[in-house]
Amino acid sequence: MTFVAERPETTIAESALPAPEPAPASDDAAQHDILIINYSGELEKTWATMLLASTAGAMGVRCRVFLTFWGLQNFVKDEKWITGQNWMQKMMAAMQRPGISHRKLSKMNFMGMGPWMMGRLAKQQRNPSPKELLAIAQEMGVEFIPCQMTMDMFGLTRDDLIDGMSEPVGAATVIELMAQGSSPLFI
Amino acid sequence: MGVVEISQHVDARGLSCPMPIVKTAQAIKTVAPGELIEVLATDPGSVKDVAAWSRTTGNELVEQSVDGAVYRFVLRRK
Repeated sequence: MTFVAERPETTIAESALPAPEPAPASDDAAQHDILIINYSGELEKTWATMLLASTAGAMGVRCRVFLTFWGLQNFVKDEKWITGQNWMQKMMAAMQRPGISHRKLSKMNFMGMGPWMMGRLAKQQRNPSPKELLAIAQEMGVEFIPCQMTMDMFGLTRDDLIDGMSEPVGAATVIELMAQGSSPLFI
Repeated sequence: MGVVEISQHVDARGLSCPMPIVKTAQAIKTVAPGELIEVLATDPGSVKDVAAWSRTTGNELVEQSVDGAVYRFVLRRK
């Protein structure tokens, strides 16, 4: 399989608005699916995942997001505090509240001050929040696929997770998608 | 360019990435193939992004212009 990169030459001297480029004959064979493996649960990485997923949806590019380890914590309903079946699983949830609206920054968290300021800045700039981007992505047909192993490890049930998610799968499904040519992204 | 009939207007002024693209994608679904939508945006990144959206989705970017800080795009549904 060969792919010809179509990258138009651009120069600094280019006028502010280049002439509209004609839509090329769409080459379906060259269009990949995108597979995002959302492993991290920090605010900034969650934000990046949701931004890319919603944009892929808007661009009509098939996008699947596989949610594993801390990434799956984003998909626990916001109103949940404690999840899990045994004391260790409950303890894990208590140590870091699950849900997409309760993410911490990996740096400059400062007991929630960092995320609060980032949220304020985003609102000022009218940037959508990760939660809003997630709703857009779901509306645009992006598939969110929970990792079965992570659900078992954290004792999560389907009822703990937000609505509209796909059936839980395992690593083999992810590997198969990549082997078939989905462009993988590990966040 | 002569008078063109716009079927749907999208006001993405003041919105930042990826909302101009999201609003464009939502609006294009509301018009029939061959019809035009107009998108207004202030995000400088939208110049390249709308073109990329057009190339990827196959909806033609028929016109673009800038008036002060407002970018205007006219797109035809595939």
